[in-house]
Amino acid sequence: MTTFTPTTSAEVLSSVAWAVAEGSPLEILGHGSKRGIGRPLQTQHTLDLSKLSGVTLYEPAELVLSAKAGTPLAEIEKLLAENGQQLAFEPMDYGPLLGGEPGKGTIGGVLAANLSGPRRLKAGAARDHVLGINVVSGRGEAFKSGGRVVKNVTGYDMSKLMANSWGTLAVFTDVTFKVLPAAETEVTLAIRGLLDDAAAAAMALALGSSAEVSSAAHLPERIAARVASGSLGSEAATLLRVEGFGPSVAYRIAALKTLLGNAGPLQEIAGEASSLIWRDVRDCRPFADNSEKPVWRVSMTPGQCHQMVLTLRMQAAVSAFYDWQGGLVWLRMEEGDPEAALLRGLLRKHGGGHATLVRAAPSHRAAVPVFEPQPPALAALAARLKQEFDPKHILNPGRMA
Amino acid sequence: MSGLAMPKPDDATMRRRDEIVADMRIIVPGEGVVDAANSMRAFESDGLTAYRQLPLVVVLPQTVAQVSRVLKYCNDRNIRVVPRGSGTSLSGGALPLEDAVLLVMSRFNRILGIDFPNRIVVAQPGVTNLGITTAVEQEGFYYAPDPSSQIACSIGGNVAENSGGVHCLKYGLTANNVLGIEMVLMNGEVVRLGGSHLDAEGYDLLGVMTGSEGLLGVVTEVTVRILKKPETARALLIGFPTSEQGGQCVADIIGAGIIPGGMEMMDRPAIHAAEDFVHAGYPLDVEALLIVELDGPGVEVDHLIGLVEAIAYKNGSTTCRISQSEQERLSFWAGRKAAFPAVGRISPDYYCMDGTIPRKELPRVLAGMRELSEKYGLGVANVFHAGDGNLHPLILYDANVPGELDKAESFGADILRLCVKVGGVLTGEHGVGVEKRDLMPEMFTQIDLDQQMRVKCAFDPNHLLNPGKVFPQLRRCAELGRMHISGGKLPFPDIPRF
Repeated sequence: MTTFTPTTSAEVLSSVAWAVAEGSPLEILGHGSKRGIGRPLQTQHTLDLSKLSGVTLYEPAELVLSAKAGTPLAEIEKLLAENGQQLAFEPMDYGPLLGGEPGKGTIGGVLAANLSGPRRLKAGAARDHVLGINVVSGRGEAFKSGGRVVKNVTGYDMSKLMANSWGTLAVFTDVTFKVLPAAETEVTLAIRGLLDDAAAAAMALALGSSAEVSSAAHLPERIAARVASGSLGSEAATLLRVEGFGPSVAYRIAALKTLLGNAGPLQEIAGEASSLIWRDVRDCRPFADNSEKPVWRVSMTPGQCHQMVLTLRMQAAVSAFYDWQGGLVWLRMEEGDPEAALLRGLLRKHGGGHATLVRAAPSHRAAVPVFEPQPPALAALAARLKQEFDPKHILNPGRMA
Repeated sequence: MSGLAMPKPDDATMRRRDEIVADMRIIVPGEGVVDAANSMRAFESDGLTAYRQLPLVVVLPQTVAQVSRVLKYCNDRNIRVVPRGSGTSLSGGALPLEDAVLLVMSRFNRILGIDFPNRIVVAQPGVTNLGITTAVEQEGFYYAPDPSSQIACSIGGNVAENSGGVHCLKYGLTANNVLGIEMVLMNGEVVRLGGSHLDAEGYDLLGVMTGSEGLLGVVTEVTVRILKKPETARALLIGFPTSEQGGQCVADIIGAGIIPGGMEMMDRPAIHAAEDFVHAGYPLDVEALLIVELDGPGVEVDHLIGLVEAIAYKNGSTTCRISQSEQERLSFWAGRKAAFPAVGRISPDYYCMDGTIPRKELPRVLAGMRELSEKYGLGVANVFHAGDGNLHPLILYDANVPGELDKAESFGADILRLCVKVGGVLTGEHGVGVEKRDLMPEMFTQIDLDQQMRVKCAFDPNHLLNPGKVFPQLRRCAELGRMHISGGKLPFPDIPRF
């Protein structure tokens, strides 16, 4: 049982090269904040990247930041905030949901899990903001892809290939991201008391307007009470976030009020109170209950979400709330069984997508495919890629199986 | 490129041409197979017109099943295939090969679905980029990426090239606006990546397919996200005595937290060529001209115009006009949009480059270009996507003067080397194709390139799809697949362990 704790990319390379030579798999770890996601690993050795840390380049005027893979996300977000900037894709923090500490996680983990948040709708995910990477593959080869400029089509976009690979293709040593100005003003318009179907209609109306809504979530009755220390009360809340320069936000909120005046009672929430709500929606706080009740993260066609959940409720006890206009459904299975086949079957009938079992007891994670199984031709293609980059299954073996 | 080496034609394929053409006619009946030399002439080149080659045969399938059968047929018989959309590539991505089937997707030209509540359009790959916007604009929507060839280029080609455009600083590239594709692998298998939902369930193969230049698969359907049109747009036309001041103005606009819908810069030769051509009213006594377009609700646009005007003034602008009408806004753009044909008027031929640099390096790169211009004795005019550092130097030459094309290409290669040297890249949006293929080692080591070829091996292990593009040298997949293990010693005595 060895834990390697490299402080340089050369040390990462020699650790992986040793593991390749030995044929001895490694668990790739940053802070371990997402360690509970995926099939449980049984590796003898660990590659701990938490000491491979530090921002190596930050040029605010060029909108670019590079950091070593083990750099704490919190450190990067603090640095950006001091300069009025941010990672616009708003990476979520899995800590609270998975029973860990909040505020942990590394920038490498952000990319490996392709994290995003409520602003995914408008601003994309980690995959949309990564500009370049340096990695060590499961063959023990160090290489780079991309660069530090936004517009770049030179060669294949390997950064995107590695996004959402959960450490199974290569180990990140350095990552470069596009950063963006943080919005000057943020206001959330809440419509109260809507049922799921009415909320879906209201969100579609708002997103189809020119109000440039950056986030749209629906918290059904009782779920609403579990964000921002209960400040919303327990009545259902359909939340629309508008961000930008002050005069523009005021204008667009007014336009939304006119558009949605008949949808239900409206409430305006500004500034810090608004950001606290979105932080908790982002981190799936309503289900952060220190239990092991299975939690699913379902990505699907927005307009079909409430019908899918309605049908699911007829066969299983679930709690649900919606982000991304309904394109992201968070589900907690109240009876303890993940009901994977049932859920995935319904998902296929409702326009397709993917369901990831982000929280479950290790026994469930060993028995149920955590990531959405792929059709045979696609699964074979993914397996060929794994074979190309990690033929000896050295890196996080079986985690995505 | 004059010395461009393409893969050696396969004799066995060339000998079997008649048989292959006959088999193609069975797979794609009717008008879908073109084999007469004079009819194939229309397909001998793409937007990089210096290179021409007749293909083995042109095949225009109409169904996914036909695409699958053509690819499987070719895969089984070791026949090369070059996919093609509208043929507007500026890097030779669709340049035919003598021994390859040219698979033209232009008959896949239908919009398959429009879903306004979910803001998505499903289109066949031969639909033009502008065709998508045209299909949804009556409801006030549009498709954001807008490459300058948008009237002709196909959405399938946009996926292959990860096309950008003037608005991609704010609204992203093709990769950020495509939700899903259906594609056919070289072995004939049909796979779907993504759909009307966000993100991938496993490896982000959609991300790697976008910008893969037709080497990994043939796209047969595309799902894109559409956006509501901004309520209004206005532009500022700002002139500076030096390019440094123009560059600093761009940096300060972004530093103020403003991401304009478009931000374009032109240098003196480009300004003069454009003004002579379209009489847009550009100032002729400036070294750098900046067009800044702000879009959104009127109140936001007015607010930001005030901020940008102040920033321009602080940076020493000598002229600053603000569009007062839609007509005036379009007139600001008229010169920029006509920059390429305008340069075409002052020079018999021009060669368009596409490097990207960190913006702060602009003065250094412009100075370097002036030196190179003197060294080669050829003029150069610059248009520049200023917000994201994407340069389009236009090298002026005359193809009828012996040796000038070679000189222009050497000049271009030197510009791209300079871009890489200052921390930039070879191509921002036009692709590598055949044009920049042999420059790839300027940016990547052999190990870096090997990894990209490994991706290729997972998709097309026999290198049959669009060979001769992107990679300076294709290594056999069996050779790449070997593991090189160095002894199995413990090379980590200095790694901290617990």
